[in-house]
Amino acid sequence: MSTHTTTPPGTFDARQVKQDFPILQQTVHGKPLTYLDSAASSQKPLVVIEALDAYYRASNANIHRGVYWLSEHATALYDEAREKVARFINAPDPRSCVFVRNATEALNLVAYSWGRANLEPGDTVVLTLLEHHSNIVPWQIVTAERGATIRYVDIDHDGRLRLDQLDHYLRTERVKLVGVTHVANALGTINPVAEIAARAHAAGALVLVDGAQSVPHMPVDVQALDVDFLAFSGHKMLGPMGIGVLWGRREILEAMPPFLGGGDMIREVTTCGSTWADLPAKFEAGTPSVGDAVGLGAAIDYLTALGMDAVRAHEREIVAYALERLAQVPGVTLYGPTGEDRAGVVSFTLDDIHPHDIASILDSEGVAIRAGHHCAQPLMDRLGVVATARASFYVYNSEEDVDRLADALQTVRRIFGPGA
Amino acid sequence: MADLYRENILDHYRNPRNYGTIENADISYEDSNPLCGDRVRIDMRIEDGKIAEIKFTGRGCAISQASASMLTEMVEGADLDEIRELSAQDILDELGVPISPARVKCALLGLKVLKSAAYGITDWPEH
Repeated sequence: MSTHTTTPPGTFDARQVKQDFPILQQTVHGKPLTYLDSAASSQKPLVVIEALDAYYRASNANIHRGVYWLSEHATALYDEAREKVARFINAPDPRSCVFVRNATEALNLVAYSWGRANLEPGDTVVLTLLEHHSNIVPWQIVTAERGATIRYVDIDHDGRLRLDQLDHYLRTERVKLVGVTHVANALGTINPVAEIAARAHAAGALVLVDGAQSVPHMPVDVQALDVDFLAFSGHKMLGPMGIGVLWGRREILEAMPPFLGGGDMIREVTTCGSTWADLPAKFEAGTPSVGDAVGLGAAIDYLTALGMDAVRAHEREIVAYALERLAQVPGVTLYGPTGEDRAGVVSFTLDDIHPHDIASILDSEGVAIRAGHHCAQPLMDRLGVVATARASFYVYNSEEDVDRLADALQTVRRIFGPGA
Repeated sequence: MADLYRENILDHYRNPRNYGTIENADISYEDSNPLCGDRVRIDMRIEDGKIAEIKFTGRGCAISQASASMLTEMVEGADLDEIRELSAQDILDELGVPISPARVKCALLGLKVLKSAAYGITDWPEH
């Protein structure tokens, strides 16, 4: 990693951090690449790429099977990656950190395993309008199967959750689980998860947190939040694609039936039936993505060295600058809260120009943003828009990137004409 | 500069040709791109086996709306076989700008609607 000698302790210089990311050194369409889509997927520092390379050069074998040295070595690396994950989210027990492909798979695991075993006709699952489709669709499938109901907590004008509605559902219905995103991927709202968990627990409901947009960007402590499940993806936190994590309270995970059946998740198989392995193997059927877990471990080391408080402080600064700078572009409408509860995501529209046209023109200026419904169609409906443009920031983005975005938006206005 | 947004495309987007609906149309069809919400509806009046009148309405990005507008000009007076033979490349050629893979669906939405309308029937309606 770069040495950050000129910055005060507890902070870092994003322009120096950017030097650690080979992919960000290139130009696209003859312009320097300005990558503002980390909420969709983050880029990878050299140390992560090298960790993957080293794993496949020197350590690759199937785990938990071979009695030979290489297999034991790969198994040790896999276990070490799990321990890093546990420390990163302050999980009391690494065995409660289940490796999955991504946050989507983690959320599906909870819905299919816990949901099928625990939801009864007449039960309610409370979700919010800020959820990503991955925390909606699995519940729609499983509640339909079980005869249970989904309620959605609405947002206020600033894009903050209406906790009074949560209280109403908790008071008037048999709520078994509250599923809430820690940070809204489309608006950047940081939800008061600890507060929501306290209210849900008081009503006897479990709390499932989608941490895909929070774990990469701020300190997340599952014990301090006092939640029951946390799902997140490695690829959004500088790690490889294909690895994600479900953390669950140990006694809940132990009581849950398996999600996928196969090798590694059994204790004994007979023609009459099978018994299950202990955690976490019970939920890790088949050969896992060991190399990607090792890569995630390297990403966690990198983030830990930067310091998650510093990561959050950096994003707080850059999003404040972005909100200020974009507000100066005529025709821009900004969505989401402004304040301490805003993560490094800026959703916006420009006049009535379709976000795909905005994104195409920005692309020609080397600026990569996301345009669309951000897998949050219920939220788009609620906001009364078909789609928005979204810029999202991470450790390698500096104010220079925000300036390039703002300048490129002026190009969009020039092409479409004022009041287009 | 953005090659995609040449003046003829922006002109069709700002001043769409054949924009509107046809009362008592012989054929109407509507479709959308679920991913981006682009939407196009095409109404047609048929006379002597040919498109006597075609109008479209829609909303969405400049590429989807401009290509639908261009398409209506291309097929005025065409018969059913000509519509069926119309290819994606014909539309892309008419647009005359490089369309990236991510935007092809936008560019071809109008054609998809027109083809769906044409393939949905075995023959033009009789009068």
